[in-house]
Formats: sequence, structure tokens, C-alpha cells
Amino acid sequence: MNGWRRSGRGSRARLVGTLEAQEAAVLRGLVGEVREMLAARSEEAPADELAVLTGLRPGPSTRPDDRVLARLLPDFSSDDADLSGAMRSLHEPDLIRAKDAAATVVLDTLPETGGRVELTAEQADAWLAALNDVRLALGTALDVSEDMPEDLPPDDPRSAHLGVYHWLTFVQDALVQTRMQLL
Amino acid sequence: MVDMAAPLPAPTRQVDPVIAEDATSDTPWQAVVWNDPVNLMSYVTYVLQKLFGYPEPKATALMLDVHHKGKAAVSSGDKEKIEGDVAKLHAAGLWATMQHS
Repeated sequence: MNGWRRSGRGSRARLVGTLEAQEAAVLRGLVGEVREMLAARSEEAPADELAVLTGLRPGPSTRPDDRVLARLLPDFSSDDADLSGAMRSLHEPDLIRAKDAAATVVLDTLPETGGRVELTAEQADAWLAALNDVRLALGTALDVSEDMPEDLPPDDPRSAHLGVYHWLTFVQDALVQTRMQLL
Repeated sequence: MVDMAAPLPAPTRQVDPVIAEDATSDTPWQAVVWNDPVNLMSYVTYVLQKLFGYPEPKATALMLDVHHKGKAAVSSGDKEKIEGDVAKLHAAGLWATMQHS
């Protein structure tokens, strides 16, 4: 992946990039993992008879215990727990669906063996959201901070994953810059 | 937030509320975006342009408020509007909350 370039104009504008086979495997794997975490969270949601009848399942009203999931599904209020609970119950199912849809766009447009990726503006937005979710998950798991060095000592167990994190940062930032040209 | 253009962004720990210009008393709720170490400055600016239709200079100014002051109110209005705004910000992956001003 050497970044993204724009091809075409107007409604035919596309964002084009190339991923190596290994890069595609890493990205597809991470996107799939985040998707599974979110799916597991959905399964925890209470299902009462009314939910079964209507197919409308309210979301849980409490924040996930897992801190990665908690970052992907944030509280609506910083100081009002009742408001946060009510809003979460109402919005979390849609939020998980939106994240799943973005992840699906990446999996549908990124060949398993890598190669050329060609995205519409709308698909690029889905990529940006999915890349961001993966970076949030990995960044939370790695305790990334603003003053994080580019490289950790080789004996730090986070060292290899941090390389992946920085690569994802590059891919996302390059895609944002190219996508902004289409605004 | 991660600044790709400058490798050493200033740590932001200050949490004084920052009120957007158009947040007045007849728009009682605000959507607030918080600084976090993962989201990119470029991406936050893009999201504010895309979701709210803000011109680039306004989106950049709000992003810089988030980055330097720890948080910024990015939209204001009635409860229903702000609830929707926060839901959209969450879908984009930003750390956002709603507050009664």
C-alpha cells in the first residue's frame, strides 16, 4: 500500500489503492475480529417476547465491561448515567449495525489475496469508519497514547502490533486526504 | 488525536468547556467531541465537514479546539437533534457525548 489516488471525476470519481496479499490478510482479519466482537455484544442484548414478536430488540442499557467494546460503543453522557443508559438502549443496536455494514464494505471490496481496490466516495467513507474502528480497538488494547513513540523496544510484547497500528494509521490518513479532494 | 503532520502533538489534559459560537441559550443541548489518542486530526476534520456540512476552516477550528482544549461543542440544538448528532459521531468512531448547556 503506497497510499490512495483519485481516478475520474464527479459521480464517476473513484479512490484507488493497492494492497499486498499480506496487508489484505491482516486488514481482513482485524476487520473480521472487530465484527465478531460487536456481534457477540448484540447477542447479549435482552430478548423478551415482545422483541421476538416485533423483531425489535432493545439494546442493553449498560456499558460493555470490555474496554475495547466500551470505546467502540461510547456512553452518550459524561455525567448522567440515566441518560447514557436510556440512549444506549435506544441507539446501540443501530450503531452496531452501522459498524457491521462498514466492515462488510471492506470485506466485499478488498480481495482476499490483495491487489487493486477501487472505491466510490460512499465506499471510501465506509472504509474510513471501519479503519477507524480497527484502530480504536487496537489502540485501546495497546494503550496507545498521544506521545507514543514510533517504535517500542523490541522486547516489548506490543512491538509487533504497534507496527500494524501505525500502518493502519497511514492507510486511513492517506484515504482521508484523498477523500477530502472529492468534497 | 494523532497529528500526522507534526509528530509531537501537545498532550491535552485540560477540560475547560469550549462553547461553539452558535451555541446559545435557545439551543439547550450540545454535542461535545472529546480528544482521544487514536483519532486522526485529518479524520476528525473530515467527519465534521461531512456530518454537519461545515466549511473546512470551521471544521479545522473545532478539531483544533478538541485537540488543544480536550473537548469542544460541535453542534447545538434541541435534544432530539443532538441525540442524532451524537449517534452519527459514534458511528464515525469519534468520542462524543451530549450535554445540557
